[in-house]
Amino acid sequence: MIAFAIKRFVQALGVMLVVALISFMMFRFVGDPVNQLVGVDTSPAEREALREALGLNDPVLLQFGRFVVKAAQFDFGISYQFKQPVASLIASRLPATLELSLVSAFFALAVGVPMGVYTGLYRNTWLARGFLAISLVGVSLPTFLIGILLIFVVSVHLGWLPSFGRGQTVSLWGVWSTGLLTKSGLQSLILPAITLGLFQMTLIMRLVRGEMLEVLRTDYIKFARARGLSRRAINFGHALKNTLVPVITITGLQLGSIIAFAIITETVFQWPGMGLLFLQAVQNVDIPIMAAYLLLIAFLFVLINFIVDLLYVAVDPRIRLGGARG
Amino acid sequence: MTEPTLSVRNLRVEIPTRRGVLTAIDDLSFDIAPGEVLGMVGESGAGKSITGSAVIGLLEPPGRIAGGEIRLAGERIDNLAPDRMRRIRGRRIGMIFQDPLTSLNPLYRIGDQLVETILTHQRVTTGEARRKARQLLEEVGIPAAETRLSSYPHQFSGGMRQRVVIALALAADPELVIADEPTTALDVSVQAQIIALLKRLCAERGAAVMLITHDMGVIAETADRVCVLYAGRLAEIGPVRNVVKHPQHPYTIGLMAAIPSLSGDPDEMLAQIPGSMPRLGAIPPGCAFNPRCDYSFSRCRAERPEPYPAGTSHAACFLHAPEALRQAPSDILQAATAAGISLPNTVDGAS
Repeated sequence: MIAFAIKRFVQALGVMLVVALISFMMFRFVGDPVNQLVGVDTSPAEREALREALGLNDPVLLQFGRFVVKAAQFDFGISYQFKQPVASLIASRLPATLELSLVSAFFALAVGVPMGVYTGLYRNTWLARGFLAISLVGVSLPTFLIGILLIFVVSVHLGWLPSFGRGQTVSLWGVWSTGLLTKSGLQSLILPAITLGLFQMTLIMRLVRGEMLEVLRTDYIKFARARGLSRRAINFGHALKNTLVPVITITGLQLGSIIAFAIITETVFQWPGMGLLFLQAVQNVDIPIMAAYLLLIAFLFVLINFIVDLLYVAVDPRIRLGGARG
Repeated sequence: MTEPTLSVRNLRVEIPTRRGVLTAIDDLSFDIAPGEVLGMVGESGAGKSITGSAVIGLLEPPGRIAGGEIRLAGERIDNLAPDRMRRIRGRRIGMIFQDPLTSLNPLYRIGDQLVETILTHQRVTTGEARRKARQLLEEVGIPAAETRLSSYPHQFSGGMRQRVVIALALAADPELVIADEPTTALDVSVQAQIIALLKRLCAERGAAVMLITHDMGVIAETADRVCVLYAGRLAEIGPVRNVVKHPQHPYTIGLMAAIPSLSGDPDEMLAQIPGSMPRLGAIPPGCAFNPRCDYSFSRCRAERPEPYPAGTSHAACFLHAPEALRQAPSDILQAATAAGISLPNTVDGAS
């Protein structure tokens, strides 16, 4: 088990180094950073001094080493447009994105899994067919359109929920601003969370349904029935547990995508998260922010995959023995 | 005469499909006495497994029992509510499936699957259930039972897994055990052990066994009586010795002739029955076997035979009908006698 964890950790380090290299390259290829920093009337001597001060004349490998060491200490430099440390900019936006993503993922799981189980068990009922029809909408409509539709219907027409922003936030321990503790914060969260989670929810529902249908046909379910076990024990003990491995995989990967692609939802709802920050950075060629964002998303993916691997081991004993005890 | 453990009367199983209703089992009747082992043989698709599934109430939808009765120790079980039938499964009827590699849930420990089954059917504490689970594993011959309780199925070999499956099927001491090809998926060297184990454990418990297989060797060694199915219908049923040594139905004769023997000439071609078993949608009128039968005559193509007494067996063949001597052409009667079919000795002039 520990050997397995260490192996995965080393692999993760490798992935992070490659991503670091890619974000480092951005600085060199997306225009000259000095041009971004100085005005038009700066003299060549001043430019050269700045270049020297920033270490841009050092060998590339040394620069990369410096970039990695600094990144490991959460030092991503100064944002060109905000003239503030990137790390603190991201730190101030991170809670908004993470809260939105996690609530979306929770919504997707909490609704998607039961719907999947239901449609798998009672696939010929009207309700199950209704769920499937809804899921088709969720899969095929683009996120921004769902967001706009929700705003139009729920906020504009019905006036039930706010259409943009994060509502009132509360600062926790001075580092984490949460919208989960105020009424307006929670209200503001509902529409973006549904928009962001709807696709994942339908995906999970269809996945669980497919897996349930598959598992219910297996011999061990038939044998469980022949042993006279109760329906509940068969459906939720024996069948559901066997559907979980692929569900965990997909959910893990999707959680990464939720965080990474919150950009669109954040834009539609003017949600003050990292996605919005990143979009502004792209518009202003603010490379330090882009590089840091890239690294952060890669780190989250790697972290989530690591957790998913550990979860497999917890669910499926065959993986446990294959990997660790041999 | 004591009440049979299992009594199946005129069972009819239908499978509705888009192109019409298929009759998978047609007018099948048989009994299994307490402690008796009844072998069910027949080709693939003859309806052996479907009969087993129908008895335990686990027909795959859309298959359904369309007629007849199934009685367990006199009590009718084919029309029970699903929840009452569930209580009979495992408790009074145990079932063993063909493939031990897939019969056990891979994500649960052996001990947990046993304890779960015991707790479902008996009012005992978890501790007692666990003790009983260990005892069962010992009975089916699994060494170091205590530590093996916490093993997962993939840590066992195929033969060992089938032992666990047997332990699970017998956990609640059922009166009837349905073994659906219990050794087909196993190594030849392990097959005999598993059959012997199954037979011993059921004999100790006095459980009746319905042994579904196409392995005549297994039947000859294990079964008390044997029931031969053809295209969902009974062909012949009788004591195993008579059916194997003196088959009375032309299909059974062909089946027995097709078994290679160790004493036979190695260069000799194996006998085979011409043609193949009809698909369920295309069963010919009259006797289902008539197009392949060497001894068929006009009546075989027009009417369906019921099981007639044939020596100590019963065979669904008009050659055993009391009026056969009068109806069948003499050359067919001669050929049938030469093949070992004992014709009825009296001519019934009534019909």
